[in-house]
Amino acid sequence: MSLRRILALAFKEMLQVWRDPRSLAIALLMPLMQMVMLGYGVSLDIRHVPLCVFDQENSQASRAVVERFVASGWFAITAALDSNRAVSRAMDRASCIGAVVIPADFSRQLASTGTGPLQIVFDATDTNTTNIAMGYAQGVVALVTADLDARWTAARGIRPSGVGVVDLEPEVWFNEGLESRYFIIPGVVAVILALVGAQLTSLTVAREWERGTMEQLVSTPVTPFEVMAGKLLPYFLIGVIDAAFCLLAAIYWFGVPFRGSAGTLLLTTALFIVVVLAIGYLISVRVRSQLGASQVALLVTMLPTTLLSGYTFPIDQMPAPIRFLSLLVYPRYFVTILRAVFLKGSGLVELIGPVLGLVLYAVVVLWLAARAFRKRLD
Amino acid sequence: MPQATAAVVADGLSRRFGPVEAVREVSFAVAPGEIFGLVGPDGAGKTTILRMLAGVLSPDVGEIALDGIDVRAEPERAKLHLSYMPQRFGLYEDMTVAENIFFYATLFAVPGKERRARSAQLLAAAGLGEFGRRLAGQLSGGMKQKLGLVCALIHTPRVLLLDEPTTGVDPVSRRDFWAILYGLRESGVTILLSTAYMDEAERCSRLALLHEGRIRALDTPARLKQAMLGALLAVSGPDPRGLRDALVDAPGVLGLLLMGDRVHVRVDDAARRTPELRARLASTGHAPEDIVPIEPGIEDVFVALLGPGAPA
Ligand SMILES: Nc1ncnc2c1ncn2[C@@H]1O[C@H](COP(=O)(O)OP(=O)(O)O)[C@@H](O)[C@H]1O
Ligand SMILES: [Mg+2]
Repeated sequence: MSLRRILALAFKEMLQVWRDPRSLAIALLMPLMQMVMLGYGVSLDIRHVPLCVFDQENSQASRAVVERFVASGWFAITAALDSNRAVSRAMDRASCIGAVVIPADFSRQLASTGTGPLQIVFDATDTNTTNIAMGYAQGVVALVTADLDARWTAARGIRPSGVGVVDLEPEVWFNEGLESRYFIIPGVVAVILALVGAQLTSLTVAREWERGTMEQLVSTPVTPFEVMAGKLLPYFLIGVIDAAFCLLAAIYWFGVPFRGSAGTLLLTTALFIVVVLAIGYLISVRVRSQLGASQVALLVTMLPTTLLSGYTFPIDQMPAPIRFLSLLVYPRYFVTILRAVFLKGSGLVELIGPVLGLVLYAVVVLWLAARAFRKRLD
Repeated sequence: MPQATAAVVADGLSRRFGPVEAVREVSFAVAPGEIFGLVGPDGAGKTTILRMLAGVLSPDVGEIALDGIDVRAEPERAKLHLSYMPQRFGLYEDMTVAENIFFYATLFAVPGKERRARSAQLLAAAGLGEFGRRLAGQLSGGMKQKLGLVCALIHTPRVLLLDEPTTGVDPVSRRDFWAILYGLRESGVTILLSTAYMDEAERCSRLALLHEGRIRALDTPARLKQAMLGALLAVSGPDPRGLRDALVDAPGVLGLLLMGDRVHVRVDDAARRTPELRARLASTGHAPEDIVPIEPGIEDVFVALLGPGAPA
């Protein structure tokens, strides 16, 4: 192995990337754009969420509750309905994504038991919006409760605790694992890096085959390992820049609290980037056309990563065979790591499991890729 | 020639691609300092042979030795001593002339000082001295090929394999190119090249005439021409095609080759057939301007070998 040859290959690759400003821009800006898009998908401050109202009581108290929803600015009442069927039809038509259902005995129950049952039904097809809207609804209910508390106090001159509480009975037609944005955004970072990283390297060997430069390259004494190292190095730098963009956006733009150490974050991110680049490289070696390689890379990374990495769909609620399958989905390890580093401040010791998972992955894929590259035309 | 001293030995090489037998039982030995030419039409197997010699394609059967190194067993060791220039331009078009040279010099571990000296000398010889900072993709066809040669020579190989190096190259660049090749021969570099140009073939020390994967003849250009049966006449006239067609089944004609505005006619006996041909052409309305005896070129040898009545 010759370090000079590796550096020559890396320098050559770097020059080529640098001279192709469009792909360089894509390589650097795409992840940031995806971050903003996907990040906002889960965390946009949603305003005027369309809600329907089915007010079965139509009293002063019930109207005050509805008024609170409107006043919050988060919701817009799009229709006042008069039956549960009408509610469900309105949601099917997507004229609202949720409904506030106030029972006929709302005031009576409030007066007698001190709690008023309030039902909010959400359509959970768009889980991210629902997720956030539910948080807002809880906020509104807290305000309603505070209102009632204040009135109770004014009327009676006393301040009994636990009285005048409105119970929110959210009914969401979705699994229970609704995650907060803090939980999802680190996962988004992992998913973006997995997709972008494999794309970056999927073209690099295929390009040489297509342009006819491979025939001359394989006639030199360069070794497959040197080719791999030389080709991964420049993309590693790009991958690190991409990762930095995404992580900084997560922290400063989306406000995800960062409780861990920068060292742990850097080390595990670098490890993950090696894995995703090696996967793309392996594909590039196998598929000798750029278009083919890029499509295979998309196929191989997109579905497993979005479905089985656990970034939106919790792995522990999947059926056992799929849970087992997800062990192969390398982004899941990084999703776990990022969440733990961000939210729990975990260090390498606590993360030894997923870190070893990634190390194993890196070693195996690099080994396969180095072996897959043949200095042969046949 | 004794094989022990040969720079390149191919022994019984065969290679097929599915149903196509691209190369069949090809054997030859090339002495150090020779310029050995592979000549043949498209699809004859030239590229396949050179790829096998370069160690980038494996033969189905056969042995290759390069300076005594078994290329099949130790392709990587052989690659230290050879340079291969593929038929399709193999350098990086988005890198400059100097960057390409630097890249290949480093892959062959050429020390910096030597690299600078050699690249200056080679670039000057190739007439590329001014173009160090030009992107390879912006060079003309001839300059590209010369850059390919410079990159191939930056590490002082012992064996140089060139696949149709001057196809599509302007005459001036071709002259530069051959001047460099002759210079290399002086310094003992062994050169194998394939070519589609017959005038170029005549510059080689020995030639292998290839057809459908087989070597049909192998000798010096002079002896190949001597060995050709019959004598050659050049028939010229305003309608060379008509001339050719009129002569197809004339008695004593062994072969016909259209060469620009003339027809090369191979006959069994020049003195006897010249007046006969003139009479035949006059009677068919294709009166020739001239019929003169000429020295055969390699293409005539080729036609003689492959045409009807050729030795199998
Ligand atoms: N990689 C390949 N796959 C399939 N057929 C090939 C391949 N390379 C060459 N051939 C076939 O082998 C024959 C010889 O080709 P080649 O060596 O390129 O000839 P030349 O260089 O003399 O034109 C041709 O029929 C060609 O189609
Ligand atoms: Mg060819």
